Amino acid sequence: MNMAAHFSHFSYIVTVLLMVAGLFIVIARGNLIKKLIGLSVFQTSVYLLYIAPGKLIGGTAPILAPQFSVYSNPLPHVLILTAIVVGVATLALGLAIAVRIREAYDSIEEDEILALDHTAADAQGNGSP
Amino acid sequence: MTLAAHLPALQVVLPLLAAPVAVLLRRGGLAFAVVTAAAWAAFATAIGLWLQIGQGGEGHVISYHIGSWPPPWGIEYRVDRLSSFVLVLVSGMAALVLPYSRSSIAREIAPENHYLYYAMFALCLTGLLGITITGDAFNIFVFLEISSLATYVLIALGRDRRALTAAYQYLIMGSIGATFIVIGIGFLYLMTGTLNLADMAGRLGAIESSRPVLVALAFLTVGISLKLALFPLHQWLPNAYTHAPSAVTAFLAATATKVSVYVLIRFYFSVFGESLVFDQLPLPQVMLGLSLCAMFGASFVAIFQNNLKRLFAYSSVGQMGYITLGLSFDSVNGLAASIVHLFNHGIAKGAIFLLIGGIVAASAARGAVSPAPTFANLAGLAKRMPLTCFGIVLGGLSLIGVPGTAGFISKWYLILAALEKGQWWLVGAILLSSLLAVAYVWRFVEVAYFRAAPPGQDARGEASPALLIPAWLLVAATIWFGLDTSFSLGSALDAAQHLVRTGR
Repeated sequence: MNMAAHFSHFSYIVTVLLMVAGLFIVIARGNLIKKLIGLSVFQTSVYLLYIAPGKLIGGTAPILAPQFSVYSNPLPHVLILTAIVVGVATLALGLAIAVRIREAYDSIEEDEILALDHTAADAQGNGSP
Repeated sequence: MTLAAHLPALQVVLPLLAAPVAVLLRRGGLAFAVVTAAAWAAFATAIGLWLQIGQGGEGHVISYHIGSWPPPWGIEYRVDRLSSFVLVLVSGMAALVLPYSRSSIAREIAPENHYLYYAMFALCLTGLLGITITGDAFNIFVFLEISSLATYVLIALGRDRRALTAAYQYLIMGSIGATFIVIGIGFLYLMTGTLNLADMAGRLGAIESSRPVLVALAFLTVGISLKLALFPLHQWLPNAYTHAPSAVTAFLAATATKVSVYVLIRFYFSVFGESLVFDQLPLPQVMLGLSLCAMFGASFVAIFQNNLKRLFAYSSVGQMGYITLGLSFDSVNGLAASIVHLFNHGIAKGAIFLLIGGIVAASAARGAVSPAPTFANLAGLAKRMPLTCFGIVLGGLSLIGVPGTAGFISKWYLILAALEKGQWWLVGAILLSSLLAVAYVWRFVEVAYFRAAPPGQDARGEASPALLIPAWLLVAATIWFGLDTSFSLGSALDAAQHLVRTGR
């Protein structure tokens, strides 16, 4: 086996690692900012999942010319440009909400926020507000 | 080409254009006028499409090529019986909720944010309509994110600070769900080389049980289930519905999860096909189990809630169980029950949440933040607000499935489907879970009708007509569609027959 064969699955391995790592951060961390970072890592892994198979080794941009016969697929790039925009918008909105939460609760730790909600609910005298 | 030929594009473009216009106008009243006009135009468009489908005869499909690029190269908008039915539900709810919003958000959202509320509402409507009408897999994801991002903002607009945490929680869960969906679509694209759903279905036939296709099915199922709040994935829903502004809750409860159900039906029946989803995999059994958990678990939890909005939010999770239960049967009657319940539950729950919004608005002194609609605040409400309470009771009867209300029709078809499969015990389960609905609706009846009002609180009157009329139109619709089912059940049966037989 030559080196190229060894590395043929490299992008998939990186994709899966990023995917699992991102999802783990979202689930395991209580800090609202860290959760958003995890979410971004998770979304980034998808970019790789789409982009990597679209690239052919030695392929060029799909502009028809007599001297080229191998082209890379441009569609995944276009799709992922859209997905990147969506990811940025999600991150921006998430951070904006985190800022508002910080203003309202004076904390960005999930457990502290939950505790504040519970004490507020107890003060009102109803268990599940 | 006449205007009628461009209805599929107008369906999405009108609310999409209304959003930036609303932002530019920067005045609550003007933004309201623009977005409401767009929503009514979208409703008219949806009805126009529904009529066109009806005129086209058996199995007619409207295919609209965006930019005149023929599918599978270009993006295709595809309207059939099922999608036109969902379009009517979504745009109709928007057309009713928007006029209601005007006086509802006056007390719940700061006046300087009103124009943003209308812009976000228009974007949310655009996304939901786009998901329903598009025939392109990646387009589904883009529209899903448009509607989801707008939804997070709408929820965060609630006055209570817990609205922020609810919106954040929903953002995390919703983004994970959407990313799962896009991973699933990615695998399908890698295997078929196409994003057009109809084209994809044709190409999947040869490779249907290869591993990447199964992985795609798994990712799509989990992702969409998160969005539709299938039982163990429903954690975001109760908080989001409880703390969002009343009008937002009503709109989301009636449309957002329903559109997700539509996407699930589309992928299961039109793309993957029943032989893969229902014959080769244990998916029907899993879905049956989860549906039963939702029907019993969530309805049971609903009984013990003290906040009326939260009670009906848990009830929504339970009612989603009936919809997925119908799906799991893989029969014409089962699928028809799902589709018709999607509509019937949408209008009943929309009516209930609109009426609760009326209670919230009426119980606040002018300018003050309204108290939460907890049972402690609702004692003797029926004396103060007889129309509102009676409306909630009628909506509740539809949730229970009493004959004469729309909910009965869906339960009847669910039971028919269960009997077809020879599963008698399921009939018992459906009836038993309806008793749980009786219990939580009765809690409201008991507090509102049989408890004495606290002294000094029996003078205040009904909610304003601007709040009551849209809500009562929906209440009337739950009764109407319980008696005359030619639109709701007719469309659902027609759609189900085509989906189950041919996947189109």
